[in-house]
Amino acid sequence: MRKPVSAPFHFLTYLLVIGAYAALQVLQARGELSATMRGMLVPICAYVVMAVSLNLTVGVLGELSLGHAGFMSVGAFLGTSTAIALQDAVPIPGVRLAIALVVAALCAAVAGFLIGIPVLRLNGDYLAIVTLAFGEIIKAIFNNLYLGVDAKGVHISLLEDTTNTAADGRLIIQGPMGIGGIQKISTFTAGFVLIMISLIVIFNLVGSRAGRAIMAIRDNPIAAQSVGVNLIKYKMMAFVVSAALAGSAGALFAMNYSTVVANKFDFNTSILILVFVVLGGLGNMFGAIVAAAVLTILPEALRPIAEYRMLLYAVLLIVMMLTANHPFVKAIFNRFRQTGQIQLEADDEEKEAA
Amino acid sequence: MAKLVPVPSGSMVPDRDINKKPVLECVDLGISFGGLRAVQDFNIIIGPTEISGLIGPNGAGKTTVFNLLTKVYQPTQGTILLNGKDTHGMNTMQVNRAGIARTFQNIRLFDNLSVEDNVKVAMDANMHYSMWSGIFRLPAYWREEKAAHEKALELLSLFSMEKLAHIQAGALPYGAQRRLEIVRALATNPSLLLLDEPAAGMNPSETAELMENIRKVRDTLQIAVLLIEHDMNLVMNICEGICVLNFGRIIAKGTPEDIQSNPAVIEAYLGKK
Amino acid sequence: MNFIIQFVNSLTSGGGTYQLLNHIINGISLGSVYAIIALGYTMVYGIAKMLNFAHGDVIMVGAYVCFYAFGAMKLPGPLAVCAPLLAICAAVVVCTLLGVTIEKLAYKPLRAAPSLAVLITAIGVSYFLQNAALLLWSSSPKVFPSFFVFRSVNDAGETVTLRSVQLGSLSISFVTIVTIVTCIVIMLSLTWFTGRTKMGKAMRACSEDKAAAQLMGIDVNATISLTFAIGSGLAAIAGALLCSAYPNLVPTTGSMPGIKAFTAAVFGGIGSIPGAFLGGLLLGVLEIFAKAYISVQLSDAVVFAVLIVVLLVKPTGLLGRTVREKV
Repeated sequence: MRKPVSAPFHFLTYLLVIGAYAALQVLQARGELSATMRGMLVPICAYVVMAVSLNLTVGVLGELSLGHAGFMSVGAFLGTSTAIALQDAVPIPGVRLAIALVVAALCAAVAGFLIGIPVLRLNGDYLAIVTLAFGEIIKAIFNNLYLGVDAKGVHISLLEDTTNTAADGRLIIQGPMGIGGIQKISTFTAGFVLIMISLIVIFNLVGSRAGRAIMAIRDNPIAAQSVGVNLIKYKMMAFVVSAALAGSAGALFAMNYSTVVANKFDFNTSILILVFVVLGGLGNMFGAIVAAAVLTILPEALRPIAEYRMLLYAVLLIVMMLTANHPFVKAIFNRFRQTGQIQLEADDEEKEAA
Repeated sequence: MAKLVPVPSGSMVPDRDINKKPVLECVDLGISFGGLRAVQDFNIIIGPTEISGLIGPNGAGKTTVFNLLTKVYQPTQGTILLNGKDTHGMNTMQVNRAGIARTFQNIRLFDNLSVEDNVKVAMDANMHYSMWSGIFRLPAYWREEKAAHEKALELLSLFSMEKLAHIQAGALPYGAQRRLEIVRALATNPSLLLLDEPAAGMNPSETAELMENIRKVRDTLQIAVLLIEHDMNLVMNICEGICVLNFGRIIAKGTPEDIQSNPAVIEAYLGKK
Repeated sequence: MNFIIQFVNSLTSGGGTYQLLNHIINGISLGSVYAIIALGYTMVYGIAKMLNFAHGDVIMVGAYVCFYAFGAMKLPGPLAVCAPLLAICAAVVVCTLLGVTIEKLAYKPLRAAPSLAVLITAIGVSYFLQNAALLLWSSSPKVFPSFFVFRSVNDAGETVTLRSVQLGSLSISFVTIVTIVTCIVIMLSLTWFTGRTKMGKAMRACSEDKAAAQLMGIDVNATISLTFAIGSGLAAIAGALLCSAYPNLVPTTGSMPGIKAFTAAVFGGIGSIPGAFLGGLLLGVLEIFAKAYISVQLSDAVVFAVLIVVLLVKPTGLLGRTVREKV
């Protein structure tokens, strides 16, 4: 019998993440990882967190979001700014990173709450377009935002640098130039910890009354309201938690590079993460993790065929979707579910006979 | 809105104990969809622990009445008093929390959730642990989840469904799905249960079992039941009061005996002689 | 984008009413392009209930075909005037075939699949077209030729290039006029087609209920193919018009107009033909106004913010139908 989220499956997912982390650490220690691969460890972690967090909105709540990169952007910019501002005050990189990730999560949660307001009134494609619009708005804002920090505090301006940041201070966000001179304090271990925290938050949330209510809203909103479920509260909760995790993923991602620009978190990034979620299976965190990791490595693995790689990636994407939905493949998948159904009918007949 | 005086003629059961306060009173309830008056001048009173029936030909507006009571549609006229309290301005969720639970004509289960979780979702309004308790698995989580689990099994056992607790709701056979919808509605602790064609698609033995169960539920939980049903055998057997709807208006009200001999009802069902 | 900024800067140097009028005309012109693309989006959505994300890239393909067809054509003397028209026709033919092929290969096998699977496939197709274009035509920008330019000899005997008509102090370029006229013609013919012809009615029937349409003897597959053909043909026209106004052609040219047009379609109420027209025009005017009066860099943010507000007030767009779920 198919149950969407079951405890043994959670265990497998944790095991996968821990196992992969351990294996990669061993390989790294023995110097068997290529430079490219080492450089991709943190981005993979960030994308995995993005994928599982989006899966909460798309798979568990059942609402299509086309602007998840917007939350990543909020976290990346504000989290990194925090880390830079605290560079002298908090000398230990690990602690600074942790603070930055928390700030990033909080800022993205606020953004999630703001975008959640229209989301609650809309459905389906109209909701999708609002999330798309949100992502574009965030991108435009960070492309034109100037943020400076000096002894007098934080200065913000839009479009032009009118922050008048004192000479002893630092202009952190520089409009279209983004943030430069970032200390690369993100580590693979930090990424691993963030993935584990995200999984614990999502699995435990889904396994509590909130998760039940969120899935009930997905399956049948009218029935959910008719049994007293607070639609607004739970939709908002799913949205905000998803945004917060995406925010911290953004900060982790940004602090793996020396510069970060707003255009990195555009519509294409949102779509990329959506692809991870859909290929991994809606509501399936294990699948999302595998899809995120594989599809992040794939373009790199295809590098030998240089210019054809993105074309091949596109073809693979189409072929995968066509195969997964092919009647024959579907029939095989359905067999697992049918065995359960037949068993149940047999039970019923037994009961009637008795 | 001014407090409305209950209309005595709303009652379907003449000899009801007048000391008991009614669970539901509808006064001149009505709705129009762009000029079409789907339901009008709907007046009924339902007492506590009464089983009442709402019958009428197809398209008479029976389900619309349920949708008005549960605020899936907002009434354009009239008042609904639930346990003496005006439900004006409430939404579907608030009406449920105030005491009305319902099932649907076209079954609306949470298909991907297990049977037990379907029931537990309905207890959400009566659970209090926070999101953080859920995420960090604090004691409140374990305590309330344990209580919810026990209550869910207890309610499922009313319909002998406790063995199906772990099965996915969407995979249940049709009859079990209808029963689960009733259990789910009961899990919200209602004072009035609305059943929309509970026996649709059931065979005679299943229907007989259903009748037994409806009575059992009423007796054990002490709630009022209002049901829409086309199976006259069921309606005449278990309903204490019956209300007949045709073209959105009440054409007759009374005990099963009254209704069976009412010429207006016979005309509505069989046409003019 | 530089072109647009220059374009807008040149506008902001004039007087008040003249300026306003100019903005409105430019807005309508840009909006007309959005409207033509949005019509394709909305028709496909109406019938296939899918967001065809590859639509924007069909525009790009159309523009490239137009570019190369125009370049390859060596028409003698007076016939040269017809060259742009022939180039656009070639683009329409290629895009129509492309649209139908995409539908047959990628979307048709997914008719019964969940809508998200179709969406991802559409994204795959979009990537495919962009990367195929990158391989075929390289990433270096092509400067789109000036269509709709006339040469004449002035009193002094010099050859002058006419790009616009002069109405008092107002100058309107030929591209603008052609774009607006084309959009109105397309809108009117589509309204006539879906309302009056047998195939158009079949299309509406299919978008209402495919199973019922099939029972009434309508060939659903053929109707869907036809819809994709029309939508893609329109995309080709839009591509040519877009690049005539903003002549910088790269493999990602179609992406942003595609997203904007998708927004326009939702703005007007997705599935509605007049809605797509209205949404496109409003979006175009809004964008030009935001660029002129607020900020060039933030214009997209302004446009999308207005969209969110509109959807808050009218959750199914300006002309969209509210579908009430039967309980």
